[in-house]
Amino acid sequence: MEQRGARDYTLWSIAILLVVMFALIPVLWLVSVSLKTPEAVTDGRFIPADISFDNYKSLFEGGIDESPFIKPLINSIVIALITTVIAITLAAFTAYAIARLEFPGKRVILAGALAIAMFPPISTVGPLFDMWRALGLYDTYLGLIIPYLTFSLPLAIYVLVAFFREIPWELEQAAQVDGATPFQAFTKVIVPLAAPGVFTAAILVFIFCWNDFLFAISLTSSDASRTVPAALAFFTGESSFTQPTGSIAAAAVVVTIPIIVFVLFFQRRIVAGLTAGAVKG
Amino acid sequence: MAEIVLDGISKVFDDGFEAVKDMNLDIADGEFMILVGPSGCGKSTALRMIAGLEDISSGELKIGGETVNDRSPKDRDIAMVFQTYALYPHMTVRENMGFALKLAGADKEEINEKVEEAARTLDLEQHLDRRPANLSGGQRQRVAMGRAIVREPKAFLMDEPLSNLDAKLRVQMRTEVAKLQSKLETTTVYVTHDQTEAMTLGDRVAVMRAGVLQQVGSPAELYDNPVNLFVAGFIGSPAMNFMPGEISGDKLKLPIGEVDLGSLGDLGGGRKDGPVVAGIRPENFEDVEVVGDLKDERGITFEAEIDLVESLGSDLYAYFHIESAGVQSDQLADIVEESLDETGAGEIREGHEQIVARLDPTSKVRRREHAQLWADTAKLHLFDPENGDSLKAKSGSS
Repeated sequence: MEQRGARDYTLWSIAILLVVMFALIPVLWLVSVSLKTPEAVTDGRFIPADISFDNYKSLFEGGIDESPFIKPLINSIVIALITTVIAITLAAFTAYAIARLEFPGKRVILAGALAIAMFPPISTVGPLFDMWRALGLYDTYLGLIIPYLTFSLPLAIYVLVAFFREIPWELEQAAQVDGATPFQAFTKVIVPLAAPGVFTAAILVFIFCWNDFLFAISLTSSDASRTVPAALAFFTGESSFTQPTGSIAAAAVVVTIPIIVFVLFFQRRIVAGLTAGAVKG
Repeated sequence: MAEIVLDGISKVFDDGFEAVKDMNLDIADGEFMILVGPSGCGKSTALRMIAGLEDISSGELKIGGETVNDRSPKDRDIAMVFQTYALYPHMTVRENMGFALKLAGADKEEINEKVEEAARTLDLEQHLDRRPANLSGGQRQRVAMGRAIVREPKAFLMDEPLSNLDAKLRVQMRTEVAKLQSKLETTTVYVTHDQTEAMTLGDRVAVMRAGVLQQVGSPAELYDNPVNLFVAGFIGSPAMNFMPGEISGDKLKLPIGEVDLGSLGDLGGGRKDGPVVAGIRPENFEDVEVVGDLKDERGITFEAEIDLVESLGSDLYAYFHIESAGVQSDQLADIVEESLDETGAGEIREGHEQIVARLDPTSKVRRREHAQLWADTAKLHLFDPENGDSLKAKSGSS
């Protein structure tokens, strides 16, 4: 038995190692390229011969007016945060109603949300482009926030419904008997317990907005609202003959950092089973 | 402090299932009322209607003289202890117990004082700043009780509060609940499926079956004068033994012998020729050797082959069987399902009726031997085989 356990352990370790390598090597490669000088980009070395931070410096050179990166970074953060806050607030109320109440049309709402989530975004880009230009939403924050909400809300609703269903209904009833209004029961008992779910949904929505390229490239035309993924496509080299590989890599590394921070920060809350001890078990 | 009155309360669920049918029950101020019955009998639904967690389909519910049908739970001034305790996992014990007072807008000092007083009563003082996840089952149960008593509500509602505890702790907490209730003198409605809990705890017990209230009375009343087969079989452990009988003239024919009807007391209008169901409790049997002179005065003596003997020291249970076609009744079928789950009672053989007798521990009966047993027929219960009603009990006992 023990031998088999040890062998299983080894096999699992190798499998996990392979998966981690598969996921991490491109990221490390990106970091490596971002640290190379323009001449060394094509040298094929995994570890750069000379480490240079010029690519990073060039991203932020010239402050907010000159840099091709700072304004898009701000756009990305603001748009993603606004979308996340709105999506999570709306989704929390929707999901709570779906998880707790019986009302006609409940299935339709869930099915509709799922259908929207599966809808190919590319097919909406053309009409949106025309509509946004007519409405004056083209190249504005709102012009991006609206389609992001459309596609992230279903996701958030699905995640939150699953979490709300896990919370013992009796807790809410206990709160009601203790003298809470339905709203108090929701905010003082259900929301704190659903926190891990809320953070999970928030992270997913944030990452969705942060990573989007399609809407960002189609519905923006200037630094007024262009987000980082779209801005990267407009990077230029030092002259028209040099490829901006190094600075694109550096920018990619920089935009990955907030996501990593976000996930690490909330990881503990997501993993910690806050509902432990509510009921017997 | 308040009395609770259920006047013709019914509950019909959306799918048409009628969980509680026309229930009338007066619970006096300070009374400890137990609702008992097998699972699915509507006892929990009845409690949840009192709490306001289920809508009342028809009828009137009064707490403290006021009709509360349309009041939300928070406006009924009642406290509830849930089977799963439903403690708020993100709050400490102190916060859990003080939550209701905080919602009611009490100031901090008052909350602290009351929480600490309740914690002293329940021996929870050293756990006040821990979270429910770090408490044992018994401690969680006490926190749930504490959360209820801190508020000094008009009534306590308890939904199987002890069923998640292990057997030993359950007995211990049972005593504590009883002590607590008699100390606080708060009207309490307590739901359980465990007839032992019902018998030991309550001032009065209400037995329910399939949404219908069967009988309300003190534990002794239910035990001595069950109104029908269901109550007779449900109350008491081990359960009452049933056997088919036949009345002809002034004799009652039983598989164990013949009895003079005159010795059974007043049968009221039930004295007709025809089949009956006879019930006799295990303790109404005795070993002939032990019983002495009493056997000459009354009862029947018969011979039985003992299948099994269980000696508990203080008591001795002898299992034997009688030849009979068995007793068929929906009312009993409900109980048998439950008790089989709980005790895994012996196999039921076709054409045999298993009988349990509680004998004096000095009895010399042996397994697989024939023994002379005596049955005290003065304690015999007779039921109508059609509707299960008792032929003996005074009608309308409550």
